[in-house]
Amino acid sequence: MKTPRRYLPDSLPGWILWGLLLLLAVGPVIIFFTGQLFYLDLVSRIMILATAAVGLNLIVGYGGMVSFGHAAYFVIGAYSVGIPAYYGFYNGFLHLGLAVGFSALFAVLTGAVSLRTRGIYFIMITLAFAQMMYFTFVSLEEYGGDDGLVILQRSRFPGIDLENDVILYYAIFAVLVLALIFAYRLVWSRFGRVIVGAMHNDRRMQSLGFDTFRYRLTCYVISGVICGIAGFFLANFSNFISPEMTDWSHSAELLLILILGGLGSMLGPVIGSFFFVLVEEWLSTFTVYWQLYFGAMLVAVVLFGRGGINGLFERWRK
Amino acid sequence: MSAMLEVSDLVKKFGGITAVDHASLEVREHEIHAVIGPNGAGKTTLVSQLAGELRADGGRTRFRGEDITSLRPAQRAHRGLARSFQITNVMLPMTLLENVALAVQAQSGHSFRFWQPVSRETETLDKAMEALKVVGLDDRADRVASEVSHGEHRQLEVAMALAMEPVMLLLDEPMAGMGPEETTTMVGILEKLKGDKTILLVEHDMDAVFSLADRISVLVYGQVIATGNREEIQGNRDVQVAYLGDMVE
Amino acid sequence: MDWALLITQLVNGLQYGILLFLLAAGLTLVFGIMDFINLAHGSFYMVGAYFCATLIQITGSFLLSVVAAFGGVFILGLLVEYLLIRRLYSFDHLYQVLATVGLILIFDTLVQLIWGVTGKSIPLPEILSGQYQIGSLVFASYRLVIISTGLLVAVGLYILIARTRLGMLIRAGASNRTMASALGVNINRLYWIVFALGVALAGLAGMLVAPISQASVGMGNQIIIVALVVVIVGGIGSVQGAFYAALIIGMIDSLGRSYLEDFMYLLMPAQNAETAAPAISAMLIYIVMAVVLVFRPEGLFPPKTR
Repeated sequence: MKTPRRYLPDSLPGWILWGLLLLLAVGPVIIFFTGQLFYLDLVSRIMILATAAVGLNLIVGYGGMVSFGHAAYFVIGAYSVGIPAYYGFYNGFLHLGLAVGFSALFAVLTGAVSLRTRGIYFIMITLAFAQMMYFTFVSLEEYGGDDGLVILQRSRFPGIDLENDVILYYAIFAVLVLALIFAYRLVWSRFGRVIVGAMHNDRRMQSLGFDTFRYRLTCYVISGVICGIAGFFLANFSNFISPEMTDWSHSAELLLILILGGLGSMLGPVIGSFFFVLVEEWLSTFTVYWQLYFGAMLVAVVLFGRGGINGLFERWRK
Repeated sequence: MSAMLEVSDLVKKFGGITAVDHASLEVREHEIHAVIGPNGAGKTTLVSQLAGELRADGGRTRFRGEDITSLRPAQRAHRGLARSFQITNVMLPMTLLENVALAVQAQSGHSFRFWQPVSRETETLDKAMEALKVVGLDDRADRVASEVSHGEHRQLEVAMALAMEPVMLLLDEPMAGMGPEETTTMVGILEKLKGDKTILLVEHDMDAVFSLADRISVLVYGQVIATGNREEIQGNRDVQVAYLGDMVE
Repeated sequence: MDWALLITQLVNGLQYGILLFLLAAGLTLVFGIMDFINLAHGSFYMVGAYFCATLIQITGSFLLSVVAAFGGVFILGLLVEYLLIRRLYSFDHLYQVLATVGLILIFDTLVQLIWGVTGKSIPLPEILSGQYQIGSLVFASYRLVIISTGLLVAVGLYILIARTRLGMLIRAGASNRTMASALGVNINRLYWIVFALGVALAGLAGMLVAPISQASVGMGNQIIIVALVVVIVGGIGSVQGAFYAALIIGMIDSLGRSYLEDFMYLLMPAQNAETAAPAISAMLIYIVMAVVLVFRPEGLFPPKTR
């Protein structure tokens, strides 16, 4: 009998959320006055990852479906910006619409197949689909193939100039907050209760009368779309797209972020993203071999702290 | 009284073993119909087939005149057939109320609602509390399912089946693993339902069966060897042989 | 019909398949017996190549280096299992995946620390680096070495599993873990040996491939995914399944790359075939896996029932 995954109720105190949001909201102002633009970029990157993590958390943390191929949505969202841009189309609504549309399409098609499997098979098949995306985009020589493509201009929205890094920061921030609100309402709604119930006991849910497959698939699509939107921002942020974005290491990163933050917690994805990126940055200032310590940290987290940071608070509360 | 559930020559094979071997019985409206039999008789297999979890290898099941043989559990649930499990099968990390609320939710419209919290659906929660009250768990509604006793689990099982507002209940050994006191409570609960709901009750506890059941079917090696009221079954030779062996002579 | 091309590609496919088998055999055993998913399996592939490269520099003998490096990876496997892996058996697969990803990072950096960033090449001895001629076909001798070594290992594994006491324990463990341990089999020791053997085979694959493509940091990180595909397609826990699946996947990959484009010319205009073909031929093995997972999730040649 395997020790099951640690899903804990939200123990992260509310003040962390408010503190974090406040910090993020005024961050750029502080940065502007101190002149350290590097941190603006860093936090923007963290928030993009956090948004994707919030999306993935819906199916992993609340649905029990461990997808090892969610990085595919990064690449779909990113190329939804890059390809039109290549042809001179910079309309933001077009980019966003394509990102959402193609993410949803990919999710429906792959989900319909993948969700017929469970456990390790689900992990493998989601991974396989992400790999397929990799090969698809690599073969598109026109758009740079393996080397990727530089985006000359960011998505254009009326009244919002994303070329300005601070404005882009706030756009990402707004989307992250919206994603969090949406995720929170979703989890406690009728839909959310079915998803969570199905994670705890699928057989019982079916005998109660729920067609759990349809609910799971819907959740899977929602999750993919949120990650696709994160991909849209990723392309805008780095002004660059590449098939590498769907590499399995990025899918693993997202899963790690969820575990670091604490599976099944609402704030976990955000906390986990901060922790992950900040530790990465901090370690790499010490040594070029930071991956060694990072890997060791991964092993340590798995051995000792599967509840993540949320779990630490849980224990602290007791 | 018309037959609510008609089981005709139901068959289920697992490899070389025939667990259910042309079993036939019928459950009349408003009756409590018990299914008894020695261990390994195929009772749980039969219930799983009636619930739609196991595909029949032969035979038919008719519910309220409709052939439901090929329907899956969720579809049967929507037609008014609710099932409780022999081994407690609930959402353990959720509270008793949350568990029962899901049962109510399943039968009250679709659940593709993404924004309103369920905690604001007073009608759903009221109905859930009602079901909990019938089984006597309403004072413990906010306890987490994994933290309640075995007896309370069995009561929860019945509550969830009831909350589906079913036309008929399939109860699979609701008294499994219960001590005398808990059994009395459960018999009391089922007594309250008598005459109102139609129930197929699979049970081992003979005292409970004889006090509750209107009619009894005896399942032996996957076949129904006798159906009748208490006197008929107690006096039936084949039943005696099945339980006591050839020593009956 | 260009027979020369076909046969060459079949041989390429066979070679790739054999390498995949060496990787997948250990992976499937560990998965089937210990229910453990080891993404770091590819790291042992890498370490095997580096051990062999270093030993050749010291001893000058290819054969000796391979044997010694095999032993070296085996010992490393014993060490890693003892220190870490055995603590992970009881955890959910998700955590095993993450822990072994951590292990990949650790291995990659250690290798970099010890051997540096640039790869190491393994020079082949004279006798192995020639060419072999059959009729009008020319093959690099080394390819045949890889293939024959792999087939020898396959036979050896078969004998081990089907004819020895250890093999019997392996089969028992694969089909029913609890029962086997209840019967008094020293499960811990069995797991230890199976793990070490499995990664040693991965190391062997690495050192066989290194003369062709160099020992380099992270060389196992992409092929591990293909090995996992082979394990799934063959059936988790089945070495036999891994063998057939590896060959099938190897052939599909090799033939796909060569012939898919031509095949697609028949179906669509040249331009579309040119862009679509390389993408689809790379995706073929994943498509195969997806199909297997949907229609026969237990794999094509699953082990006898649990």
